[in-house]
Amino acid sequence: MTSQTAGMMDVEGDSEKYVTVTVAGQLFGLPISKVQDVFVIDNLTQVPLAIPEVVGVLNLRGRIMTAICMRKRMRLPERDGDRPTMAAGIEYKGESYGLLIDEVGDVLSLSRDTLERNPINLDPRWASVSAGVHRLENELLVILDVEKVLDIEKTPAAA
Amino acid sequence: MSAGMREALMDDLLSEFLEETAESLDIIDVELVKFESQPNNAEILDNIFRLVHTIKGTCGFLGLPRLAALAHAAETLMGKYRDGAPVTEEGVSLILATIDRLKEILADLEENQAEPEGDDQDLISRLEQMALGSATQAPETSQDTAAETSQTDSPSSPSQETVASSPAQETMDQSEGTQATSGATQDGGAGSDALFQIERELKPGEVSLEELERAFQEAEGPDGIDISPQAAAEFAQQAAKAADNSQNAQPPAGEDRRKEDRRKEIRRAEDKAKAAKSKKEPVKSQSIRVNVETLEHLMTMVSELVLTRNQLLEIVRRHEDSEFAAPLQRLSAVTADLQEGVMKTRMQPIGNAWQKLPRVVRDLSRELNKKIELEMIGAETELDRQVLEVIKDPLTHMVRNSADHGLEDNADRLQLGKPEVGRIVLSAYHEGGQIIIKISDDGRGIDIEKLKAKILEKELATEEELANMSEAQIQRFIFHPGFSTASKVTSVSGRGVGMDVVRTNLELIGGTVDLTSVPGKGTTFTIKIPLTLAIVSALIIAVAGQRFAIPQLSVVELVRAHPNSEHRIELINDTPLLRLRNKLLPVIDLKSLLGLENASQTEEGDAQGQKKDESNFVVVTQVGAQVFGIVVDSVFHTEEIVVEPMSSMLRDISLFSGNTILGDGSVIMIIDPNGIAQTLVDEGGAASDHQSALEAHENADSEAPTTLLVFRAGSDEPKAVPLSLVTRLEEIPADKIERANGRDVVQYRGALMPIVYVDQASIARREETGVQPLLVFTDGDRSMGLAVDEIDDIVEEVLDIEIVSDMPGIIGTAVVQGKATEILDVGYYLPQAFDDWLERKDRGASKIQRHLRLLLVDDSAFFRNMLAPLLSSIGYRVTLAESAEQALELKEKGAKFDLIVSDIEMPGMDGISFAEHLKDDIDWGNIPIIALSSHADPEIIARSRSAGFRDYVGKFDREGLISSLKECQSQLTEQMEETEQMGEAA
Repeated sequence: MTSQTAGMMDVEGDSEKYVTVTVAGQLFGLPISKVQDVFVIDNLTQVPLAIPEVVGVLNLRGRIMTAICMRKRMRLPERDGDRPTMAAGIEYKGESYGLLIDEVGDVLSLSRDTLERNPINLDPRWASVSAGVHRLENELLVILDVEKVLDIEKTPAAA
Repeated sequence: MSAGMREALMDDLLSEFLEETAESLDIIDVELVKFESQPNNAEILDNIFRLVHTIKGTCGFLGLPRLAALAHAAETLMGKYRDGAPVTEEGVSLILATIDRLKEILADLEENQAEPEGDDQDLISRLEQMALGSATQAPETSQDTAAETSQTDSPSSPSQETVASSPAQETMDQSEGTQATSGATQDGGAGSDALFQIERELKPGEVSLEELERAFQEAEGPDGIDISPQAAAEFAQQAAKAADNSQNAQPPAGEDRRKEDRRKEIRRAEDKAKAAKSKKEPVKSQSIRVNVETLEHLMTMVSELVLTRNQLLEIVRRHEDSEFAAPLQRLSAVTADLQEGVMKTRMQPIGNAWQKLPRVVRDLSRELNKKIELEMIGAETELDRQVLEVIKDPLTHMVRNSADHGLEDNADRLQLGKPEVGRIVLSAYHEGGQIIIKISDDGRGIDIEKLKAKILEKELATEEELANMSEAQIQRFIFHPGFSTASKVTSVSGRGVGMDVVRTNLELIGGTVDLTSVPGKGTTFTIKIPLTLAIVSALIIAVAGQRFAIPQLSVVELVRAHPNSEHRIELINDTPLLRLRNKLLPVIDLKSLLGLENASQTEEGDAQGQKKDESNFVVVTQVGAQVFGIVVDSVFHTEEIVVEPMSSMLRDISLFSGNTILGDGSVIMIIDPNGIAQTLVDEGGAASDHQSALEAHENADSEAPTTLLVFRAGSDEPKAVPLSLVTRLEEIPADKIERANGRDVVQYRGALMPIVYVDQASIARREETGVQPLLVFTDGDRSMGLAVDEIDDIVEEVLDIEIVSDMPGIIGTAVVQGKATEILDVGYYLPQAFDDWLERKDRGASKIQRHLRLLLVDDSAFFRNMLAPLLSSIGYRVTLAESAEQALELKEKGAKFDLIVSDIEMPGMDGISFAEHLKDDIDWGNIPIIALSSHADPEIIARSRSAGFRDYVGKFDREGLISSLKECQSQLTEQMEETEQMGEAA
């Protein structure tokens, strides 16, 4: 699975650039080629009857964007407090999505050699959206496969 | 049609065809090469197959036999591949060679406006040979080279040599033909490309140069504005306002005049340009091709501009004497015009997609030797160009299908007693935020048995599965990929690509297609396309603090419901209802529908809680014939919104049809009235199996369901009346009932209302419970209370009276919610309250009316029984007919009538054909006919009017019927008096 998805990512020589984001304390990496922009969310419109992961729609410079809560997507606990919510803007199949995250970190350029497969004991829900793991000096960076993150229907619905 | 016009039309079609085909061939080239490397990829093959099929079809219509024959042969071979024959390299090469030949012919066609002389038997026979035994080896060498060389497309163009070297192409004139062709291709080269890019007729989805220029001129400033008179007037108004607002604002008359002159100048120049265009070069046009994406981007930018302007206006509003006010006013007006201009570039009447069809039908009619009449209704319905572009081909396909498979031969039609000329009706209209396009024919309909056999043969379903399917479900198999019911393959249609292409194309833009077919009567295809990119006027409302948009098109009126007002919401068995004038409407609470109720709020369904809610706004909405109320918290204003399609993650929420960005920049969801109407029906149906039963029922006799009020009186058996007849439902304390003049009355709304009992046993019951439920019937200023024991429920049901009753007061028995239910004859009880109930209305009417003979045609016993007493009580001599056929029998027998009231939806001959039948009749031709229908469908109304109906009245609209009858009557009286006077004068 890892090799398949790695093939789809933008590769510059042997290394690849990732935007790191934090969701519930965990560091995730989004391939920089997939991320259009990062912005602070305001004025989110809730959509009644939508699947739980879709927390609403918003207007980003005249485009309607569907906001996906990464915490809900990854089954992480709800966030407390009223800190501003950040989102990573992603274009997928001609539609705009905003992945709601807690914080944005640095852009890292990592060698493909250090990308490891998902550990076999990784939560299946995480494994279903992860394209592998990078070992950083102090922590682990879980690489997100954007297509899989947005392919919500196929993953078991949140009960 | 004059010869000149035909030529012009031909030119248009031809240039469009050249453009499209060139594009298609390019795609085929690429796809074929891809296909060769992945011969098992069915998707690529399907794509190629469809493209070739389209080319073939179009060539057939344009009278291009060489191209059509080549494409047909290529398609046949590809059909074999699709059916599973092994794909060989030689085969693909051969098809590529054919594509190249097609291109050569096209190049010549472009140059000389005619297909070059020549013969392609060489390729065709090889294609056929290969198709016959697609595995057997054919002599390949020469084709290989032909394909290869033409593929490499070397500038020295050796293709003519190679082609000429192929054995079947040795005759002199042919190689000359090819030589000329390839020559033309070469020096045509870049030049013709440029011509195609810039100077050709507009295609839908493109924008004329003028329109674009106009948009830009508006953006530059007021100087070059060229706008419609209306917009100009608005502008002038705004300018005047600006002048009032600030003293140093100066939109002086002089400048206005200058602008006016400038405008005229531009007009003149444009006119000149247009004249020049139309005279000389039909292909050259003042237009450029603009990518739809560019337009979309432009649209986005305009939206942002609007938002920015709104912000600025907000700021200026806070600083009253700002010097920005005047220029901002101008900016505002210009922005509005710009927005309108850009939006206009996207909208186009659907008629543009239909232009080709009359010719298509005419040609088909010749080819198939059938007389076909094509009627087009609603050509002015506007829709987005992108959408238009997508539906164009499917529409053509479907019209072809209707002509080819739907309609019978003329001889067969005559034998069946149908008019010789087959009819295809194409109609389009907006409904509930959607565009509905219908293609109906009056042909043979779909033969279910034949269809089943075919499904089994193709192994698309098992016999068992079929047995469990409704007819409608089985009929939908015709949209299955690779399905065709035509027993013979014609060049028109019948390879099974048609309907599946139609469906895929429509689904791409979020549309749907469905069909209804009645054997022997015809088939109707209904296409529904959401107004994805269209602009609609919407009502902005809010529930639970969230705003939503409801398309204005389906909004009938706004009602403020208050517990103490005339209009209030009440519950019957937890079903909320709104009293609105003389009707009870089902209402739906948007808050609970969307799951937005607050936990803290009083429970829904609790009558007390409902009353505590104080006032509510009810948006009275109509979808088709269904009228219902949507309860909302507040109503803001109407706004023109740009409907944006919803994200694919939200698309399955049927209550929304899209979303939009409001002027203040926030995103809101657009409510889909169709979706809400659906939930209403679902709720009424309670159990889901009942729902499907209802659907099956609907399919069986295609009658619209009636909303029934179910209650009990006297016995445990349920009774029902059509809800629309009931004005109000009341529960009054038993002690409020008084006795006067030998009957029970109650003081009600400042007057005495007589109470009539369905069953006297209710009196005893009321003593026990202390409350008397009443169904109130109101007519004008009079009301009557019909006492019942208990009100049970409100349901939607197709009313089918199975047992007609002899008992007075009961029309008959029908199955309602799976139970035998007596349907009450309201007409029986009304006179019990007031002897003259039904008569008094027309007391003052003239004597003549007493003698008027009225024919009532309706297949439903219920309506005959309900209307006949009503009509006779107001003085008509009523004759009943169960069907149009029966009515015509009466005519044959020499019966005479003064008025006819006829149902529209009837099995056998329907009301519209009935009216058309009568239109030219000597005896009955002058009798005014009034249509009765449960569908308030604008299309049907239009059709019935053109068929000769004098008026169109809803089935339960008693008042409407009476006033319509009166109108006809007064006309009749006038006529009679005139005749009398004339007689006297003579």
